[in-house]
Amino acid sequence: MAEFLAAIESYLQLPYVKPTLYIVIIIAVFPLIAGYIVLLERKVMADIQARLGPMRVGPHGLLQPLADAVKLLLKEDIIPAKADWLLFWVAPIISVVTALVAFSVVPFSDWFFITDTNIGLLFILSISSVGILGIILGGWSSNSSYPLLGALRSTAQMVSYEVALGFAIIGGLMVAGTLSMQEIVRAQQEQQVWFIFYQPLAFFIYAVAAMAETNRSPFDLPEAESEIVAGYHTEYSGFRFSLYFLAEYTNIVIVSSIAVTLFLGGWLRPFPNVEWLDFLNYCPAVAMLAIAGMSFLGAVREKRWMEQVGMGGLGAVFALLGLLFLLPPVLVAVQGLFWFLLKVFLIVYGFIWIRFTFPRYRYDQLMKLGWYWLIPLAIANVIVTGIVMVLL
Amino acid sequence: MVLHDLFFYILAAIILGGGILTITRRNAVHSAIFLVMTLIGVAGLFLHLQAEFLAAVQVFLYIGGITVLFLFVIMLVNLDEAAKQRQFNRQWGLALGCVLLLVAELGYFLYQGKDSFSFAESSGALLQNNTQEIAMSLYRDYLLPFEIASLLLLVAIVGAVVMAKKQI
Repeated sequence: MAEFLAAIESYLQLPYVKPTLYIVIIIAVFPLIAGYIVLLERKVMADIQARLGPMRVGPHGLLQPLADAVKLLLKEDIIPAKADWLLFWVAPIISVVTALVAFSVVPFSDWFFITDTNIGLLFILSISSVGILGIILGGWSSNSSYPLLGALRSTAQMVSYEVALGFAIIGGLMVAGTLSMQEIVRAQQEQQVWFIFYQPLAFFIYAVAAMAETNRSPFDLPEAESEIVAGYHTEYSGFRFSLYFLAEYTNIVIVSSIAVTLFLGGWLRPFPNVEWLDFLNYCPAVAMLAIAGMSFLGAVREKRWMEQVGMGGLGAVFALLGLLFLLPPVLVAVQGLFWFLLKVFLIVYGFIWIRFTFPRYRYDQLMKLGWYWLIPLAIANVIVTGIVMVLL
Repeated sequence: MVLHDLFFYILAAIILGGGILTITRRNAVHSAIFLVMTLIGVAGLFLHLQAEFLAAVQVFLYIGGITVLFLFVIMLVNLDEAAKQRQFNRQWGLALGCVLLLVAELGYFLYQGKDSFSFAESSGALLQNNTQEIAMSLYRDYLLPFEIASLLLLVAIVGAVVMAKKQI
């Protein structure tokens, strides 16, 4: 057994093994996570609108994403007769691939990251700007009016807000002094402050521009259902449609990850340098045990025995995870991962919250907000940051 | 080192193939897509030379910015007429002759100087943080030419707006 473990250990030290393993893990797990973000979105929407949301598939609709995925995969895949079939075929792939490739430099924790380059943040920005091509080509190749309108709206919107987004990020970068994602987090540890406190304005501009970049409400004009059916993906069905959906939710997670890394301390726990707050290190275990407790409570309140067993099993899994996290080496290993994912979750939750509480902008209002307010504010923020940094 | 050279030739093939397809496609959107292919190849060459910053900026500006704007314009303009027109005019034979002559001439001189060609060795550790290197040369060593160039671009933008808009 010991020899076997040693063999695995030595194998893991080879240069490309760990990154490949992480890539496989992320690509395998992320579509499932995206499905559950959709469920979260539907549940939060239902809560805000005083409804229950999906309740039929599994206890509290917990298996709904799986049912949705099966439905989308089994649906007929329609390519319109007059579509440019090659581009129609390629466009969703461009969207998904560029969105997933951006994960390659996201620092999930101090050990769980695929790679770390000295242009990390710039790499994410550039690869996600290529993702726009997927939307434009999807809209154009459908050879239909509404998708074309959606694609045009999307292009103008993304090109406009990319400028504000870039300048907001420059504000954060000036404080960090590096483009490498890991180094940005380390810089926050060294300066003992999350950069949101140095750059609150940049964070605000970033959050607004990121919402516009990911076509989220209140900036969801490219897919405004009351005006242009479903925008650029009107003609898409089945699996291809689900690829667009996957790309959209991947982009949401990516922009949240950038926000967390650049402004909210990445995988650092709150107050990482304050020793008397070290009890916060037990948060991962406590959170798991709390979820387990709530699952058991839910199991008792279920009516049908199937769902009682389901909720009870879920509770048992989380309880086991919680107990596992109490082991010191495991606790150290999951520490960064837990805080990073918690922060990303909170930002994604904020995105969903805003989606269902803000009305949609009109198109001229959208452009005015971008060009008259966000871009000048972001440039002013960069200039003021520069002056302050020179003076101090 | 063989792998190193192989990457160069693959990227060169992508760049040249993309370039040729860009000018021969009838459909303007397809041309733009092959232009993207060429630009990605150039970004790959930058990476190959360990100029990561240039590679990322190449993708960000040229593909994410300029090509997207190209596509935007292509979609706004009705190109059905253009696609039906002849793609080559009658002088293509003459042009081909000139090109062949030029290729022969260039090929001859390249053959003469073939001994001086070799793939540059990447300087490795020297270029470790080339984002800072570029910032230093642009904003310290060559500040004045850089500012003049940016001023020229600004003038060009303002001029384009003035010419395009009837009333400002």
